[in-house]
Amino acid sequence: MATHTATHKLRRVFVWELPVRFYHWLNALVIVALCATGYLIGSPPAFLSNAEASDQYLFGWIRFIHFVAAYLFFFNFLFRLYWGFVGNKYADWKNFIPTNRKFWSEMWEVIKIDIFLQKDKEHLSVGHNALAGFIYFLTFLAFLVQCITGFGLYASMSDWWFADMFVWVGGIFGGDFGLRNWHHAAMWFFIIFAMVHVYLVFYHDYVEGRGEISSMGGGWKFIEEEVFDKEKKKATH
Amino acid sequence: MTTKPTRRPTYYEEIRQKGYSRRDFMKFCSIIGAYMGLEATGVAQVANALQKTSRVPVIWLHFQECTCCSESFIRSSHPIVADILLDKISLDYTETLMAASGHQAEAAKAKTMKDYHGEYILCVEGSVPTKDDGVYCCIGGKSAIQVLEEAAEGAKAIIAWGSCACNGCVQAAHPNPTTATPIHKLVHGKPLIKVPGCPPIGEVMAGVIIHMITFGRLPELDRVGRPKAFYSKRVHDTCYRRPFYDAGLFVETFDDENAQKGYCLYKVGCKGPMTYNACGVTKWNGGTSYPIQSGHGCFGCSEENFWDNGPIYRQMANFPGFGIESNADEIGMVAAGATAVGIAAHAIATNLRKNKLINNVIAEGKDAEKEL
Ligand code: HEM
Ligand code: SF4
Ligand code: SF4
Repeated sequence: MATHTATHKLRRVFVWELPVRFYHWLNALVIVALCATGYLIGSPPAFLSNAEASDQYLFGWIRFIHFVAAYLFFFNFLFRLYWGFVGNKYADWKNFIPTNRKFWSEMWEVIKIDIFLQKDKEHLSVGHNALAGFIYFLTFLAFLVQCITGFGLYASMSDWWFADMFVWVGGIFGGDFGLRNWHHAAMWFFIIFAMVHVYLVFYHDYVEGRGEISSMGGGWKFIEEEVFDKEKKKATH
Repeated sequence: MTTKPTRRPTYYEEIRQKGYSRRDFMKFCSIIGAYMGLEATGVAQVANALQKTSRVPVIWLHFQECTCCSESFIRSSHPIVADILLDKISLDYTETLMAASGHQAEAAKAKTMKDYHGEYILCVEGSVPTKDDGVYCCIGGKSAIQVLEEAAEGAKAIIAWGSCACNGCVQAAHPNPTTATPIHKLVHGKPLIKVPGCPPIGEVMAGVIIHMITFGRLPELDRVGRPKAFYSKRVHDTCYRRPFYDAGLFVETFDDENAQKGYCLYKVGCKGPMTYNACGVTKWNGGTSYPIQSGHGCFGCSEENFWDNGPIYRQMANFPGFGIESNADEIGMVAAGATAVGIAAHAIATNLRKNKLINNVIAEGKDAEKEL
């Protein structure tokens, strides 16, 4: 029963440019593919078949998909790093690396408001909030680990100089055994990240009503006129 | 070099003295050349070198080991290997095979080290315990560390035989009570070849030595110091069961029908995909068979830490720090479950703590809907 509700005029802000959205969805797709095929590589199910081995290439295809997705993942990742230097302000690398006190204090605020759920408070951020940005920075490190261990394993299966550049990796992880264990364990980071990430997108959309979920589709978020003015003042100061 | 003792016979002369014909000799050269991956002209080079060079003095030390490397070596397919390269002719000192013993043996070693300073090849079998000043392995009144350091000083090159010398093997497995240490961590500044395996294949060992004699230098090594000719491929890359792997046809248990059909042993723990060795090509016991051919997965004997990367009959390793029988997937699933619970709790708490915000948004939206 709504006694009195304020009505807001909303401003449309273009937050995620097309390359960022493209990166995001390609990344999501290949990570799902990599986790699924990676899991199957680690623990293949019992495929029952009467066909001759020479007529089948099932496991070969699973691995092939993993490797194709791996290349896409890697180059997409590189592309995103590049976009962090040429993209708009919400794509900028400074969103991810704590370079000043403000970054840390905003992080603390987000923790209080969104994680420990301070009563009826919201934290406004048009792009990434500081905590999210920092966590994406950690995921980038995880991407790096996964690419390095992955290509380290792949080096012995490939003749391409690019993959062969990674032969040194085995040495620091204690051979392919170590590489494989770390590569496998790191998969769980991706799975748990994805769970929390998707949940939080819903959370923000639900609590704040600013189009969080759809922003990765069209690129827009919607903020209240008053909020817009406040942000503008902050920005011009 | 200064005064040499009397001219030593060449390998070829020694071989002939032992009663082998020239034909035997040439056969040996072609076999070993093939194992080394040489082309036909390379075989001629081998023959040439063995005819011209007098034997290279070899000191072969044994530390913490089981002697399986020596066993493997003397059983390598061609008898010339055992007779000429290892027999008393070539070995100036080796605890397990030399005729001499006690002071006599130590004197022989000292003499070789002095007479052939800078020329002899030092072969090391076994790891060296470094804990408590190395008391856990003493030979002739000296600790293994001392023995190694003394012998390494004048060596032309060092060959680390087997997984013990290359990466510690079973003695270095957790908790490594004697701090068993591989050779490359103890000796620096000397050319060192690692020939891992538990044991390494006899033909591979012979191939390494023949390479050094023929070409007068170390074989080409990979990043971790293993000869590329034998360790550049994974067992998996040359495995004859590979088509089953690619097809996704796996042995599920050792007594199932799939095992009878010879399917891939991946799911019963075969570590061939992570193991760099020549087993699939050179095989064992003169090319008779190798573990996978006998129905047992590779357990990665030539890889670092293979004892701690167990279990042998499962693909995934125990996850460090989480106790026995816990692999990354089990821990990951628990963590994912805990995350799901956390998310659910957070979602419930959100509805309680932020209800004003949520209701405002909903109400605003509903009002707008009604006005239209
Ligand atoms: C989101 C990223 C990724 C995830 C979640 C992932 C996951 C996995 C998993 C779980 C395995 C199975 C490990 C095992 O056998 O226990 C695997 C294998 C493998 N992955 Fe990835 N991976 C990712 C990215 C990559 C990348 C970027 C590469 C680079 C080429 C790569 C190359 C490999 C290779 C070569 C194997 C071994 C396949 C084999 O045994 O034949 N992965 N991956
Ligand atoms: S048996 Fe082992 S080495 Fe052979 S194909 Fe299967 S996994 Fe690879
Ligand atoms: S098959 Fe594997 S475990 Fe067996 S000897 Fe070869 S490398 Fe060692």
